[in-house]
Amino acid sequence: MDYFLELFLGGLTRGSIYALIALGYTMVYGIIELINFAHGEIYMIGAFTALIVSSVLAFAGMSGPSVLFLAASVAIIYSAAYGFTVEKIAYKPLRQAPRLSPLISAIGMSIFLQNYVMLAQTSDFLPFPSLLPELPFLEKYGLRIGSSELIILLTTAVSMVLLMLLIKLTKMGKAMRATAQDRNMAMLVGVDVNRTISYTFIIGSVLAAIGGVLIASHIGRINFYIGFIAGIKAFTAAVLGGIGSIPGAVLGAFILGWTESFATGYVSSDYEDVFAFVLLVLILIVRPSGLLGRSTVQKV
Amino acid sequence: MNAFARIRQSLIIALWFMFLTFPVLVVRVNTIEKVVEWRWPNMVYVGIGSFLISFVWRYLLERKAQGGEKEIYPAPATGKPVMQRLMAEPRLYRPFLIALSLFGLAFPFLPFASTYQINIVTNALLYIMLGLGLNIVVGLAGLLHLGYVAFYAVGAYSYALLYYHFGIGFWAALPIGALFAAIFGIILGFPVLRLRGDYLAIVTLGFAEITRLVLENWNGFSFGPSGIAGIPRPGLFGIEMDLHQGTIYIYFLMIALCLFTIFVVNRLQNSRIGRAWVALREDEVACEAMGVDPTMAKLTAFALGSTWAGLAGVIFAAKTTFVNPASFTFLESAMILSIVVLGGMGSIVGVIIGAFILILLPEYLRAFSEYRMLLFGMIMVVMMIFRPQGIIVGIRQIYEFKKTAVKEGSRR
Repeated sequence: MDYFLELFLGGLTRGSIYALIALGYTMVYGIIELINFAHGEIYMIGAFTALIVSSVLAFAGMSGPSVLFLAASVAIIYSAAYGFTVEKIAYKPLRQAPRLSPLISAIGMSIFLQNYVMLAQTSDFLPFPSLLPELPFLEKYGLRIGSSELIILLTTAVSMVLLMLLIKLTKMGKAMRATAQDRNMAMLVGVDVNRTISYTFIIGSVLAAIGGVLIASHIGRINFYIGFIAGIKAFTAAVLGGIGSIPGAVLGAFILGWTESFATGYVSSDYEDVFAFVLLVLILIVRPSGLLGRSTVQKV
Repeated sequence: MNAFARIRQSLIIALWFMFLTFPVLVVRVNTIEKVVEWRWPNMVYVGIGSFLISFVWRYLLERKAQGGEKEIYPAPATGKPVMQRLMAEPRLYRPFLIALSLFGLAFPFLPFASTYQINIVTNALLYIMLGLGLNIVVGLAGLLHLGYVAFYAVGAYSYALLYYHFGIGFWAALPIGALFAAIFGIILGFPVLRLRGDYLAIVTLGFAEITRLVLENWNGFSFGPSGIAGIPRPGLFGIEMDLHQGTIYIYFLMIALCLFTIFVVNRLQNSRIGRAWVALREDEVACEAMGVDPTMAKLTAFALGSTWAGLAGVIFAAKTTFVNPASFTFLESAMILSIVVLGGMGSIVGVIIGAFILILLPEYLRAFSEYRMLLFGMIMVVMMIFRPQGIIVGIRQIYEFKKTAVKEGSRR
């Protein structure tokens, strides 16, 4: 039972990170129907920025929660800036192009960003300082849940609630929902669609950066390639829940997290990444619209 | 927009990129020695570079906006580009073609052609084959296939394992490897091809990763990361060949196979199924309304593309005499895709030129090979924005309707 609980919590932690990244995919897909392949790279850049900032601060003699706060803030700002710029360069000129063009452009952007970070920094794994503070009151539950896991869960939950409020209550959220429903109609009623799309990319990138800082700090090492696998898995989560649906992405992410956790725990740890892809193919065969997605009929 | 506003805008862009690239390009931390390396010159380069590029970028975007839809997707009948007119005129291209084939035949015997040189060109020929195979899927049928390398791996491992377990030689393994790859293509394509194109991209990507991970981890089957060594080169009626002669032999084999590929793809393009693919790429709904079964057409494209990857895989295994999972990463798929994108989707000549540019250039410009993948990514973005049809536009077969002849016939 203890082993089961450990795997369950591990899956929950994984799922939270996937959820943070999957939200970016699903929001962008909802609004411009594009798989933003470069999204995983935004997450990776967030993690790298946090590493660089925290290392510089640590060499300068700072420590404690202020390092975490500064590193995370800078990472969030930079990820948002990258997300914004990527959209402006690679996707905006292709709004009216055939569907294949922005997809290839997205793949190109993803490869470009990976290699940019690799060439500018390093291709080796870098140790990531454990920025997340230890919570002493957890010690008696120490075997059940670690403090970094608890922090990841709480941060994810808070981010989700904030995102929900943002989408439900603010004017920007309303514009996003309107654009997702019908871009032309939204334009007609006075929504600045370009700005709304930019906001969507920025919000998605902020969430990815939060995920990047949390997971890098939890696992303790990063390299330029982490965004690629994390990106595919988060996309799997988004498809699993029904792409375009925000609660679906969260649900899909947790299901994926648990699947991976239990499968590696009970079956084999060599094939950790294979389970996610098998799940993706299965869901596409059985229910292509995802768990919470609505199947749309294409009108001509 | 006046000149002052342009300069101001470019300055803002330059400042933005200097800000954007600051942590990654300027700062480098050495976590072991705990020192920070500040690379300030990089910031200056980025500033100047993005200032200049923003002018070019804006100029190209404006030109594209002026040209409108027509220039981006030229109608086949009006205003053919120079290359296309050249290729339509046998008097013009024939001498060039003859010169090219003579050079191709003489190349391995020229004084500067060392084993290394021949190997590089053979490699480029292999990528032409892969590019043409992927061109069927991406260029003709318009399906974004990101896991092409998985089928390449299937071909290579088919030969390696068939030789290892049963001692099957190259010539027998060639069709078997192609068949295996095609079967894999059908198995994967069947569930996925009913779905929208974007899912296909991610599923093929995932499938390629699964294949690589299985090859890496299933030691009993594929001998894990260390791979399989000692695969024989292709034989020629049992004639003994040294390394140099063997390389020349593979070179000619590759030329023959490339010609075969070009022939088949060319015939396919103008066949019933080829036209169905192009129609499918342009508009799936309209295509279905005209009576083309989209799933079947997609599946054929997918299976045929995979067959070529399988063939190329067998040759790859025979050429390097060694296979391991590290040869079949996503970067390989990306490289083949950028060949197709650069050359021109749906254009045979374009893919050939694309393969030569992207494979030979990094070999000869050694300093530049480090930036190869960076360049590939950039090519994909820039080509899609400014020239989605590639450097050479695929020729559309035009069926002319001879009006006068029909009139005479109908009046009689």
